Amino acid sequence: MHDINVVELSRLQFALTALYHFLFVPLTLGMSFMLAAMETVYVTTGKEIYRKITQFWGKLFLINFALGVATGLTMEFEFGTNWSFYSSFVGDIFGAPLAIEGLMAFFLESTMVGLMVFGWDRLRRGQHLAVTYLVALGSNLSALWILVANSFMQDPQGAHFNPTTMRMELSSFADLIFSHDAQAKFVHTSIAGYVTAAIFVAGVSAWYLLKQRHVDLARRSFRMAVLFGVMATAGVITLGDALGFVDGQAQPTKLAAMEGLWKTEAAPMPFNLVAFPSQQKQLNHGAVQVPYALSLLVTHSLEGTVPGVDQLESDAASRVRDGIPAVQALQTLSAHPGDAQALAQFHAHERDLGYGFLVQRYAPDVGKATPAQIETAARDAIPEVAPVFWSFRAMVALGLAMLAYFVLAVIYTMRNRVERKRWFLKLAVWMIPVPFLACEAGWLVAEVGRQPWTVFGMLPTWMSASTHSVGYMVFSLVGFVSLYTAFIVIEMYLMVRAIRRGPDGHDIAAPHDTWQADRLAGYAEG
Amino acid sequence: METYAIFQCIWWLLLGVLLLGLAVMVGMDMGVGTILRYVGRNDTERRVALNIIGPHWDGNQVWFILGGGAVFAAFPLIYATAFSGFYVVMLLLLWSMIMRPLGFEYRSKLPSAGWRDMWDWALFISGLVPMIVFGAAIGNLFRGVPFHFSWNVTSTYTGSFLGLLNPFAILCGLLSLALSVFMGAVTVMNGAEGTMYERARGLSRVAAIAAVVLFAVGGFWVHGMPGYVLSSGPGAGVAQTPLQQSVSLAGGAWLANFQAHPLLWLVPLLGFAGMLLGMLAATARRSHLAWWLGALAWTGVIGTAGVALFPFLLPSSSVPAQSLTVWNASSSKLTLIWMAGFAAVFVPLIVWYTSWAFYVMRGKVKADAVVADEHAY
Repeated sequence: MHDINVVELSRLQFALTALYHFLFVPLTLGMSFMLAAMETVYVTTGKEIYRKITQFWGKLFLINFALGVATGLTMEFEFGTNWSFYSSFVGDIFGAPLAIEGLMAFFLESTMVGLMVFGWDRLRRGQHLAVTYLVALGSNLSALWILVANSFMQDPQGAHFNPTTMRMELSSFADLIFSHDAQAKFVHTSIAGYVTAAIFVAGVSAWYLLKQRHVDLARRSFRMAVLFGVMATAGVITLGDALGFVDGQAQPTKLAAMEGLWKTEAAPMPFNLVAFPSQQKQLNHGAVQVPYALSLLVTHSLEGTVPGVDQLESDAASRVRDGIPAVQALQTLSAHPGDAQALAQFHAHERDLGYGFLVQRYAPDVGKATPAQIETAARDAIPEVAPVFWSFRAMVALGLAMLAYFVLAVIYTMRNRVERKRWFLKLAVWMIPVPFLACEAGWLVAEVGRQPWTVFGMLPTWMSASTHSVGYMVFSLVGFVSLYTAFIVIEMYLMVRAIRRGPDGHDIAAPHDTWQADRLAGYAEG
Repeated sequence: METYAIFQCIWWLLLGVLLLGLAVMVGMDMGVGTILRYVGRNDTERRVALNIIGPHWDGNQVWFILGGGAVFAAFPLIYATAFSGFYVVMLLLLWSMIMRPLGFEYRSKLPSAGWRDMWDWALFISGLVPMIVFGAAIGNLFRGVPFHFSWNVTSTYTGSFLGLLNPFAILCGLLSLALSVFMGAVTVMNGAEGTMYERARGLSRVAAIAAVVLFAVGGFWVHGMPGYVLSSGPGAGVAQTPLQQSVSLAGGAWLANFQAHPLLWLVPLLGFAGMLLGMLAATARRSHLAWWLGALAWTGVIGTAGVALFPFLLPSSSVPAQSLTVWNASSSKLTLIWMAGFAAVFVPLIVWYTSWAFYVMRGKVKADAVVADEHAY
């Protein structure tokens, strides 16, 4: 039996390590393509300044990349260490995209990164350009496969439960990789990375323009970034809408939480612009509503309606009741594989197996589940509304703010006015954290909104964790928090230092002075 | 033979190939990390050593990541049971390994001597600890690990962290360390000159002799150790859980496969040949040849462990009947076929472009070039 504290600590650890990893990934995804674009200009025009531009942003790319790689190692192993039952239950399907990611994408990216850094004098221009493109291709393919894996958790397509092996198994590889969720999610997430990189490059360039340093490099970089950024931001918002549409159909509970929709309402449904959801009372305090808007947003029509929490909860209760015989049949099959009667019972109820697992948390012997326990399990089927509701609004608001910023940036750039608008350059610097926050908020919407499942509708989170003691979980959590805190301090320091020093900084010198003296020198220069 | 059984065997072999990739490619970089402070006595020498593997460590490290992913995809029960069972060990492995990318990337970004010294220690730890842990993990497979399953195949580990640090496991850990130091030393010989070359050469000989001794002692140890025997079960190519078989223990049973097929004795022989000839090649200053012989030694060592354990992958010491084997821990037929297809296309491709990367970066790393190059580590 699982200790629920271990489950909660495992969730906390996964959220912290994944959110942390996801600070570095979007920048890698976008920067790799921007580097390829910059180098393309260098190779086609032959202008030295573009080589300098590519190499300078490449240096910043690598500082970020190292931590992305390091923290990615954690993710690859965390499923096995902390989510052991999850891993054996769905490894047959979920492991495949992870392994393919290594084979097809991460190997390519990592091997080519080495050549990108060390190969400037050893490769012909065209070869080096190809290497840079392969880095971009590798990192984006990597995102594709990871998101295929994630989409399986959101909407398990192409799989079935096999009572002989007591786990889920692949039934169609094509259904797995071409699930609508996987497609929409890949494009939405990778383009979010392009937005992140564009804002980063534009922000750092704006800082140089404010300081009147490296003006030529900064001006050209800024222009490329805003062009890249305005297109990417428009793409992110369009695909975000598509993803919301797909997710809403696959996970009505997530959609209800995102919109704070407690009661099923008749079309056209109003949209909650602001509200303070209460999980206890199942209602919103202080809601500010826009009439008709929700039907338009989530069903793309005025007549459409989606179920609210009330209906979803009563649906869940009947599915829990239907899932109980499925779990009982499995228990029989575990002791007597091939028992025909149990197999027939399982197949009659397998659709709701996952819901049977939900009540097993409260009634280990599911046959003795009381009506109250079934009701609690059905309540569990609804995620925490407030965090999903608010992270969704934060993500959308930040996305719209970035769109407005890039539209302005394009207008000013085309009129050649950016450098005269000091307030805008300052804004550009302050925009740097925004896409990172939006990406993190997006992760929270997707993953908190998926609760109480690790694999939606199939495997509850409470069953998925490893059977560790609380002590082990505290030990690992403390270890990760300490290491990761040290890492981010070091990374930020090196990043800021590299930016202060600029493209001409000779940051590799003999170790004659102390770190302290060096820091002072860095500040003096800045 | 059933198609399913054939693909289970293919994946058992592929697991060996991936482990070999991990041992050779990551092991060589970790070996360089372990001996960094010995072969490099000042900052410039250490930078030379780091820049020999500088263009490749990142790509090489993916063997480790791919190994994890492939076990997840092809043997999910192994991934789930071993990684959660070896919890503290896995964390030590992970924490030491995640220092490596930062060690390479950040070390030479600041001129401070204290800063660089700190990262040199980090690279030492992240070379030494993982190699010992890898070897010790394999060693524990021979002794069995205390775990069992519930009715729905939830695994529970009942052992302690210290239980994993038993003498046989430590011996295996040291063997893996010795081989990685050998590979690291000949890698330094490939790329360095002068005194660094000589230090590395001396070290490679010590490491090779240590490996020979440890491998031989390990062999005798296994000879007397109780091994696991699969007495009955659904068998190969049949969908099953680990709850349906019976397993017994017998002295010397780990050598049963060798006794049944005497040709298999060539596998450990290959290991000894690789180590001894590798030492001779290093002595004769043929470092590239020595590298390939080191890879051969790894092939022999990993092959020996695989043959001895087959069909077991992770024996349970507390409930031997629930031991994990190639037959009960693998993925479904469809997954194994798809993944074998991907591996058949991409593993050769990976080997091809990795070779190209080594070809592009061939030659000696010069100290003055490292100091002058702003891209260097």
